[in-house]
Amino acid sequence: MAHDHKLEIFRGTLKFKSNVQKIWGVLIFLSLVTAVEVALGITKPRVLTHNFFLGMKLLNWIFIILTLVKAYYIAWDFMHLRDEKKALRRSIVWTPIFLVCYLIFILLFEADYIYNVYKDGFLAWNF
Amino acid sequence: MDATVTTGTEESVWGGGNRPLGASYGKMMMWFFIVSDALTFSGFLVSYGFSRFKFIETWPIADEVFTHVPFFHGNYPMYYVAFMTFILIMSSVTMVLAVDAGHKMMQKKVILYMFLTIIGGAIFVGSQAWEWATFIKGDHGALETKGGRILQFVNAETGQRASLADFSKALPEERVKHESSKGIWFEKEGSQTSFSLNEVVEGFKATPNILIRTETITEEGHKTVLNREESLAKLKDAVLVVEGANLIHNEYGSRLFADFFFFITGFHGFHVFSGVVINVIIFFNVILGTYERRGHYEMVEKVGLYWHFVDLVWVFVFTFFYLV
Repeated sequence: MAHDHKLEIFRGTLKFKSNVQKIWGVLIFLSLVTAVEVALGITKPRVLTHNFFLGMKLLNWIFIILTLVKAYYIAWDFMHLRDEKKALRRSIVWTPIFLVCYLIFILLFEADYIYNVYKDGFLAWNF
Repeated sequence: MDATVTTGTEESVWGGGNRPLGASYGKMMMWFFIVSDALTFSGFLVSYGFSRFKFIETWPIADEVFTHVPFFHGNYPMYYVAFMTFILIMSSVTMVLAVDAGHKMMQKKVILYMFLTIIGGAIFVGSQAWEWATFIKGDHGALETKGGRILQFVNAETGQRASLADFSKALPEERVKHESSKGIWFEKEGSQTSFSLNEVVEGFKATPNILIRTETITEEGHKTVLNREESLAKLKDAVLVVEGANLIHNEYGSRLFADFFFFITGFHGFHVFSGVVINVIIFFNVILGTYERRGHYEMVEKVGLYWHFVDLVWVFVFTFFYLV
């Protein structure tokens, strides 16, 4: 990578003049996202907590998506993945994503099953 | 003769010569470490999700657990954690600025930015220590039932949480702390609670405007508050007074919540701490001019990767512990 940085973010819509400027730009963006998260977490708008998508509150979907957005910019701009070779970037990013998706799928389904056993399985635990 | 591979001049090892994929050996190893460490943290966070989904209807609500801000009294959910998040992102920024200054071989600027990064890390670790202390010390106090569930108290008029001290009755009884030196050697107890079970129960009976709040979450996303008769009936299940949280008892609700809190934020805090230590070492190397003589500041970039990774993990911990 050395001295050549890719200076545009948001798929090329925002281009910075220097690497230092890009860093401050990304900081402003990340702070905004965090502020939105905290504001939503404190106010908890009813629309978002009482509507569900795939069994999860819309609010939680927003939190998780915003987290992934933040993770993307930290990895791409702070950890310079944007400037690395495509093969290196892909092997770093997709390996954990694949494994973690599998882990989430298998453990959360299992947990939901146990929840149902506790609920309907004539098993007293809440006493 | 030429048994060892010397790739000094050849340029075809995946197009990167002696630096496969264009990344030097050290940087590549840092990435290997980061990927494996990311999987470790994922394991922790997913197992948190596992336990939470198991007890989805009774899990503590994070806003009600982390409500304190240093030097201020009152109920401020989330603000302090948001501040900690901002500090960590900010120290990540100074780290990238240090890396950027390193590329331009500007020693003075690298020193400044590394210093700011270390300060940010120290503030974060300190904040986390404070958060732990507050969590361990506890807030309002609660009762634990035979089944290990938590009963908290609410003032019926205001709807606010009631502390044990608000209604407990001081009784003329004395309870001596049981130590292993007195009695059976393998039995001892931790610090005593400020009120005995009897005092809390008697105080509750004598104060009609206090109600019990159970762990169960209602449709509206709040904890269930029992009426007076139900509360008095529920009170009979209580076997223990709990103040604060540790690995065995937790006044905020499910014990697993406290276990995961200590485990995950503790493991993350340990990463931040070791990050600060590594940053300090590199900081002194920069001051001594080690990298100036070496001709490049790649070492700063490598510790930078680790530092950003710690920030990255915190983003996820913040979401799954405090927000969701």
